[in-house]
Amino acid sequence: MDYTKYLNKTALGIKPSGIRKFFDLASERKDIISLGVGEPDFDTPWVARDNAIKIIKKGYTQYTGNAGLPKLRELICKYYLDRYGVKYSPNECLVTVGASEAIDITLRAIVNPGEEVLVPEPSYVSYCPCVQLAGGIPVAVPCYAKDNFSLTADTLKKYITDKTKAIILPYPNNPTGAIMEEDGLKEIAKVIIEKDILVISDEIYSELTYNEKGHVSIASISGMQERTIVINGFSKAFSMTGWRLGYLLAPLEIFEVIKKIHQYGIICAPTISQYAGISMLEESFSDDFNSVNEMKSEYDMRRRYCVSRLNKMGLTCFEPKGAFYVFPSVEKLNMSSDEFATTLLEEKGVAVVPGSAFVNGDCSFIRISYAYSLKQLEKALDIIEEFVKEKTK
Amino acid sequence: MTQLEKKVIALLKDDARRSYSEIATLLGVEENQIKTIVTDLEKQGIIVKYSAIINTEKTGEDYVDALIEVKCTPQARSGFDAIAKEIYKFPEVKSVYLMSGTYDLCIQLESKTVRDVSLFVSERLSTIDSVTGTATHFIMKQYKEGGVVLNDETDRRSDGNT
Repeated sequence: MDYTKYLNKTALGIKPSGIRKFFDLASERKDIISLGVGEPDFDTPWVARDNAIKIIKKGYTQYTGNAGLPKLRELICKYYLDRYGVKYSPNECLVTVGASEAIDITLRAIVNPGEEVLVPEPSYVSYCPCVQLAGGIPVAVPCYAKDNFSLTADTLKKYITDKTKAIILPYPNNPTGAIMEEDGLKEIAKVIIEKDILVISDEIYSELTYNEKGHVSIASISGMQERTIVINGFSKAFSMTGWRLGYLLAPLEIFEVIKKIHQYGIICAPTISQYAGISMLEESFSDDFNSVNEMKSEYDMRRRYCVSRLNKMGLTCFEPKGAFYVFPSVEKLNMSSDEFATTLLEEKGVAVVPGSAFVNGDCSFIRISYAYSLKQLEKALDIIEEFVKEKTK
Repeated sequence: MTQLEKKVIALLKDDARRSYSEIATLLGVEENQIKTIVTDLEKQGIIVKYSAIINTEKTGEDYVDALIEVKCTPQARSGFDAIAKEIYKFPEVKSVYLMSGTYDLCIQLESKTVRDVSLFVSERLSTIDSVTGTATHFIMKQYKEGGVVLNDETDRRSDGNT
């Protein structure tokens, strides 16, 4: 039976994820040392787990309101005000099934068929498919190693057309670890306001920003809040990936339309996770984000370690200031990222994700996740060093 | 103690074989600064010794680890200190602690056989005048030693799609 005629053309046309593709390859082998996982290696803090158990015991297992528990939405707004200086009312906060759902429903709420959405490249794999599924056309905006993979106003200008509806702003960035500094944000904000487009700011890695100033949300730049949908969640900041708890903050008129899609498609984010989120935020406010900072300083050590090791072995790599990835170049070995990752896996049993997963076509960078213990990083980097030596002989 | 000193100690407690240069990279400071800090900590007796954690089950050697609770009568001037000293001089005694609660001293003993432990208790420990009673517990399995889980759990992460 030919099923293609029964299936949706857009969905059929979406290429499989490069990350998935690579892990399928890796899963065929045992004894793999992976530096591939884009997920924290810390357990969810006990306070969230404990409260979730209590909530289950109490039987609070019904749906919540569509937008999420009022208390949680209040805390999220307090969080954005305290941490990033952006003021939202709980009526502009929607609790979602991870930041992933927030990306999907935001795009569906704003994109009309044929409209373009700019996606900085390299970027996380789900933006382009989500734009396509929403009927839009994803347009890649290249970011360059020479700019430390930040987005510049000059590049941005070149890709805006009269069909451009919005830009996705994924910083701190997966896979490059790049961040946007305040000055850079101000520059691109000018262009965005002048060209009258919207911003979907995916700030899921905001807590993992390793410069003194910390994360700056584009919504805090003058004139930007009214045209920005901020997306964030609990997965990376509090190591709560499996709880599927995210949220978005948007101007009321946009929020109402997004909420409609959420209400019909999802009903509400998991109730138990929402209660866990409440206790996580309450605890964080009461200990002044101490446990978040401890986790961050652990990541920070690993980050410095990876950057130093990779540069020493000749895989040049800028110092990433965000997320938990380093993005070294394998150009020196005259290999594409696919070739490097595949050969490294086959010959040495170490898994890294080729940069090709995050761009159209191939590139000469690989993504190394440092969501691993220092011990494991050391072991894997020793092997990569050996591999590089062999290949440069 | 400064924040930096605390961080250096934490890194060395985790892995005492880390080089100055590695610690410097991890903490984002100069190597010389780390060298000075570690030397000072050693001089002050804060860092006492660097030792290895051994998974004794894997060595194939005979060994018996025991925890011994000791009840004793404190002495007039020295309290428990003199008794502790009398106990810790034996080389098979790995550690000695003064405890709160139902007994007074806790001894960690490293021996080769159960008989060695029995001999230690009957001939060395119980013959000390101020010792009024002992209770010996044999350690049956090591799960976590010096902060390290010995048979570590596997990575539960499924590689999602992030």
